[in-house]
Amino acid sequence: MDYTLSVLVENHPGVLSRISGLLSGRGFNIRSIAAGETEDPSITRIIMVVSGDDRIIDQVKKQLDRLVDVIRIIDLTGIPSVDRELALVKVSSSVSRRAEVFQIVDVFRAKVVDIAHKSLTVEVTGELEKVEALIEMLRPFGIREIVRTGKISMGRGEAVAEKGGESRA
Amino acid sequence: MRMPGAKMVVEALKREGVEVVFGYPGGTIMPFFDFLHREDIRMILNRHEQGAVHAADGYARASGRVGVAVSTSGPGATNLVTGIATANMDSIPLVLITGQVPVDMIGNDAFQEADIIGISRPITKHSYLVRDVEDIPRIVKEAFHIARTGRPGPVLIDLPKDVSVAEGDFTYPEEVNIRGYKPILNGNSQAIKRAMDFVRRSKKPVIYAGGGIITSGASEELTAFARKTGIPVTLTLMGLGAFPGTDPLFLGMLGMHGTVAANQAVSECDLIIAVGARFDDRATGRLSKFAPKAKVVHVDIDPAVISKNVLVDVPVVGDAREVLQEMLKLAEPLPIDSWREELMAWKRENPLTYRQDCPVIKPQYVVEKIYELTGGDAIITTEVGQNQMWAAHYFLYDRPRTFLSSGGLGTMGYGFPAAIGAQAAFPDRVVFDIAGDGSIQMKIQELATAVLNELPVNIAILNNGYLGMVRQWQEFFFDKAYAFSCLGQRPSCPRHCNTPNEECPPYIPDFVKLSEAYGAMGVRVEHPEDVEGALREAIQSPRTFILEFLVSREENVFPMVSPGAGINEIMIG
Repeated sequence: MDYTLSVLVENHPGVLSRISGLLSGRGFNIRSIAAGETEDPSITRIIMVVSGDDRIIDQVKKQLDRLVDVIRIIDLTGIPSVDRELALVKVSSSVSRRAEVFQIVDVFRAKVVDIAHKSLTVEVTGELEKVEALIEMLRPFGIREIVRTGKISMGRGEAVAEKGGESRA
Repeated sequence: MRMPGAKMVVEALKREGVEVVFGYPGGTIMPFFDFLHREDIRMILNRHEQGAVHAADGYARASGRVGVAVSTSGPGATNLVTGIATANMDSIPLVLITGQVPVDMIGNDAFQEADIIGISRPITKHSYLVRDVEDIPRIVKEAFHIARTGRPGPVLIDLPKDVSVAEGDFTYPEEVNIRGYKPILNGNSQAIKRAMDFVRRSKKPVIYAGGGIITSGASEELTAFARKTGIPVTLTLMGLGAFPGTDPLFLGMLGMHGTVAANQAVSECDLIIAVGARFDDRATGRLSKFAPKAKVVHVDIDPAVISKNVLVDVPVVGDAREVLQEMLKLAEPLPIDSWREELMAWKRENPLTYRQDCPVIKPQYVVEKIYELTGGDAIITTEVGQNQMWAAHYFLYDRPRTFLSSGGLGTMGYGFPAAIGAQAAFPDRVVFDIAGDGSIQMKIQELATAVLNELPVNIAILNNGYLGMVRQWQEFFFDKAYAFSCLGQRPSCPRHCNTPNEECPPYIPDFVKLSEAYGAMGVRVEHPEDVEGALREAIQSPRTFILEFLVSREENVFPMVSPGAGINEIMIG
C-alpha cells in the first residue's frame, strides 16, 4: 500500500540528501518525493509517497523523526486531503492527428502548452489516477517524454491541525 | 570578542569543559591545532585517525563525557569513518572536527578534499558544514548537546580552512533550542502504570537490559528494581556492568554466546522487561523463535527501536533512569520463587566453563586470572571475536563503564586505542585490552601513542595464530576448511591446512621485539604456571605493557547458538 507523508524540515542545504539517504540506506521504497518552501521560508515541506505495510511505515516515520533537521511528520494517509500532481507530456503528433489529441486534452481539462511540427506538449494537473489515465490515452500517439512532479497533498479543512497523525507518540 | 574561527572552536571546547582531544594534524586543520597548543587542553597525538576516534570513543565510554577527535580533510577525514560508525552503532557521544578545503573550492576535487559530510551521513547522529564563521559558537554548542542527549551519538563538524581563519564575533550561547530535536525523557505515566500491571501479573518475568542503562546512568535503579521485585536479569554485551555480574539474580549475557540460563530464561519467560536494549540479532537469534511465550515491555529513549524487530506490548519511550525510578515506586516483591529457583538451578548446573586438558595456556584462564588479580577493579576493553566473548564470559563486571567493546559494528582494532582513551580519562586505574593476535595488528601503531603519552595500558594478546572466531565458524560451518584465517600461512604451507602443529612456520610479528621497538614492555608467556606472575608484573608496571599469551590454538567459544537458530538451541561444546 502507498502512504503519503508530509514532512516539515529545516530549509538547510543538504536536508534532502539526509532524507533520501536515510530512506535508501534502510531499504525503504519511495514512490515519489516533492519538496518546496512553505509559508515560513525557514521551513521546507516534503511530500513523499512511500510503499510498504504498517510496520514499515511506522519505521519510516520513526527513523525520519530521528533526523535533527526534521521538525514534524504528518501522515496524510487515510485523511481527507487534496492530492495533486502535475505532468508535462510530449506527444508525437502529425498535423493530421492534432485534432484528436486536442479532443482528449479537452476531456481531461488539460492544456496544450507547446506545439511544434511533429509534436505537442500537454500539461495536466490532477489526482494521480487522472494523470495516469491521460497518459494512457495519449500513448497510442507516441509519447516522447514525460516529466512528473510527484504528488503533493494538503489535508482538507482543519484535518491536519486536528488529527495530523503526527509520528511523535 | 572578535577572533578567528579556529580559535572560536578551541574557545568553545573550553566552554564545554573538554580536557582532552585526540587527533592528527594536516593542512586544512592546522589553524585549529595552532590555537589548541596555546591552551591548557591535553592533546593526544595518535598514529592514525582511526586510532584517534576509537580513543575518543574509549574515553567517552569510560568517563561518560563527550569524546573529541580532530583530523584534517580528505584522507584524515575518511580515516575516521570506521570509528564514527563504531560509535554510532553503540550510541557513544562524540564530537568529530574535520578540516575541509576552503568553501569556494568545495566540489572542485581539490587536494585532500573529500565530501565527509556526505560520506558520514548514515553513520552520524548529525553533522554540520560550517559556511559562516559567526555560526561556529552555535554549531559547537549544538553539536555537544546533540551528541550527549537523547540516544547519544557522533556529531561531525566540517570546518573549511577559510572559515577557520576568517574573523568573527565570539559569543557562546547559553542554551540550545533546536525545534526538530526534543528527546523525550519522562516516560508516559499511563504507559509506566500499564507496564507495572504486566509485571505484577507475570509469573515468569525476566529483565533484559542493555547499553542504555549505562548511557543513562541507571545501574542503581535497575539493581534496586531487580532486587525489590526479585526478577532475574540478563544483559546484552553492551549492557555488561549495568547490573552487578556477581549478583545472584544475574543470569549472564544472552544471545549467540549467551549463557544457558539466560537463553533458557528468555525462551521460557512469560514477560520480558526490556530496558535500554534494542533486540539486536546477536541477542535474539532467530526472531520467530525468540521468547515465544512472552509479553514484552520495552523501555527505550529511541522510539525507532520499539517494535522494530520484536513486536512490543507495552512501549515506554523515555530515559531508562527516569522511567526505572517511576517503576521502582510501583514495585513490590513478586511471588515468583519457583521460577527464580528454576533459573538459579539452570545457572548452577550450566556454568561457563572450559577444560584445562592440555599443557598449553587456555585463553579463558588468562581472562579469569586478570579478573582475579585485579579484584574485578579494572577497565577492560576488547577487540572483536573470540577475545571479546571470553572477556565477556570470564570477567564479572560489577560496575558500569568498565567493559568497553564494539558491540554493534564489531570493529577489530577498537580495543587498544579505546584502552588509550580510557587510560587518558583515568590515569590511575588498571586498564586491560583483551586482544586477539589478529585484532591487535589492526591498530598496533598506537603503541607509540601509549608509550609517548606515558599511558600504562596493558595489552593481553591471546595469541592462537588464527582469526579465531572465523576459524571457529569454519570448523563448524565450512567443513573445517581454514581459508585465510591462519595468520602464519606462507607459500610453503599446504594450500589446505587445518592441522596446526610443531612444523608450522614461526609466527610474525614477534610481539616482544615489537614492544621493545616501540619502547613498551613485552613479555611472552607460554606456560599456564607463568600466567599469574606475568600479569602481576604488568599490573604493577607504570609502563605500557604487552603480554603475549601463546594459547591453545583451536579453542572454541561456548556456549554457542548457530546463526539463524533459536537462542534455546545451544551448543555447549
